[in-house]
Amino acid sequence: MSDTVIKTSFHDFHVEAGAKMVDFAGYRMPIQYKGITAEHLAVRENVGLFDLSHMGEFKIAGNESSAFLKKVTTNDVDALKIGDIQYSCMTYPDGGIVDDLLIYRMEDHYLLIVNAANIDKDFKWLESHLFDGVSLTDLSPTLSLLAIQGPNAQKVMTKLTDYDLDSMAYYTSAKSKIGPVEIMFSRTGYTGEDGFELYIPNEQADIIWKAVTEAGQAFGMELIGLAARDSLRLEMKMALYGNDIDETTTPIEAGLSWIVKLKNNFIGRDVLRNQKEAKPKRRLVCLELEGKVFPRKGYEIFDGDSQIGKVTSGTFSPSLQKPIALGYVPRIKAKSGSTVEIEIRKKRFPATVVKPPFYKGASHK
Amino acid sequence: MEAWVNIPVDLLYTREHEWIRIEDKTATIGITDYAQGELGDIVFVELPSVDDTIEEAQAFGTIEAVKAVSELFAPLSGKVIEVNNALEDEPMVINQDPYGEGWMIKLEISQPDHVAELLDATAYKGLIAE
Repeated sequence: MSDTVIKTSFHDFHVEAGAKMVDFAGYRMPIQYKGITAEHLAVRENVGLFDLSHMGEFKIAGNESSAFLKKVTTNDVDALKIGDIQYSCMTYPDGGIVDDLLIYRMEDHYLLIVNAANIDKDFKWLESHLFDGVSLTDLSPTLSLLAIQGPNAQKVMTKLTDYDLDSMAYYTSAKSKIGPVEIMFSRTGYTGEDGFELYIPNEQADIIWKAVTEAGQAFGMELIGLAARDSLRLEMKMALYGNDIDETTTPIEAGLSWIVKLKNNFIGRDVLRNQKEAKPKRRLVCLELEGKVFPRKGYEIFDGDSQIGKVTSGTFSPSLQKPIALGYVPRIKAKSGSTVEIEIRKKRFPATVVKPPFYKGASHK
Repeated sequence: MEAWVNIPVDLLYTREHEWIRIEDKTATIGITDYAQGELGDIVFVELPSVDDTIEEAQAFGTIEAVKAVSELFAPLSGKVIEVNNALEDEPMVINQDPYGEGWMIKLEISQPDHVAELLDATAYKGLIAE
């Protein structure tokens, strides 16, 4: 029933702005405002504002926090200084992915940002591996999240804070006054563009929304829905859990070897080490097509007469104006320049494996 | 029903969310404001060619939006006498102006008595309010 669907702190602002609202992972979220293409291009060319309050936030605290994270995540938290952020994932003993996540190292704890659809699953998974000296708290119900993304994101932020943004590196966080209230924010995003994500206690959400939208007005900042978020991340080959990665795929197959650091004895390490050494049987690749077709999740990929894989995400790229897709193919077909075919409504269309990302002009720093 | 949905009273409609403008024996066909809103950004349309014959309730084309692909069902039988080729390059016109520049085909109606079976604006409004 819709009784259980959670409205974010910004729900009424979305409705007022004419957003089309949908239920996504248990949250009532804006899927689009003006239109997917216009929103997508606004982020690529200027700046856009996203409500990402559906994302999950967990606090990991205690003396054994880093030992715990070295057990349950594949990247190396020891590499993080206070204020640093790391992309990582959690794997099952067989190497399948529990979830992908961001790890923020704060002064005296870690903050994990997980996918909305996986909040319950991840919490149970982490809880089942807790040991003495570590505590786990779900902060998701208390936090709202806004993302400001686009080449002009810093201009908007400059209106909101005195913090020295020029010296703020990508994938770091800071605490500063944003408008009238002090909050934690980071230089991160899921679009490939420069951008910031603002972690806001729910009770401050109204004040921050007003400050941010007011600051954005001078630059023509647009509101961006989840549909454009999907096409933006897809153009960058950023994996989406549930589409491109899940419990049946490993980070090695997904091209995420760079977040698998074998020096720590994390859950799934042995399988992933073997797969890294022996090379995986299949890989997640970027596929480009020509013409007016629209590859979608689940469409089959062929090499001659044999079906060799499936599309995991696809769209008609608003930036490139051509069809693009991600999908798993056998390693021998995974080299850039390889050609395969994708079956779209009973017809086969040639597709070429290309190097990631699809969109090469992104502004992130 | 959402407040933004425009349903002109001078047109006829189908349960598949198409609109039909009847002028003598000619029917101009497109999709409704409600349909374009539900589909979201339209990226391609595949339409028949002039002189093709289409049959009532049969698919005569496809419409591909970012969210989904849908078939277009013929509201009436007849011969295609004009196709809006501009949609090939600018399918988003359907989102912007579904009842005007976003028209799709013109048909020479072969069974004029079937026009009476189409929905009027009030009936269509009732349908999407359900």
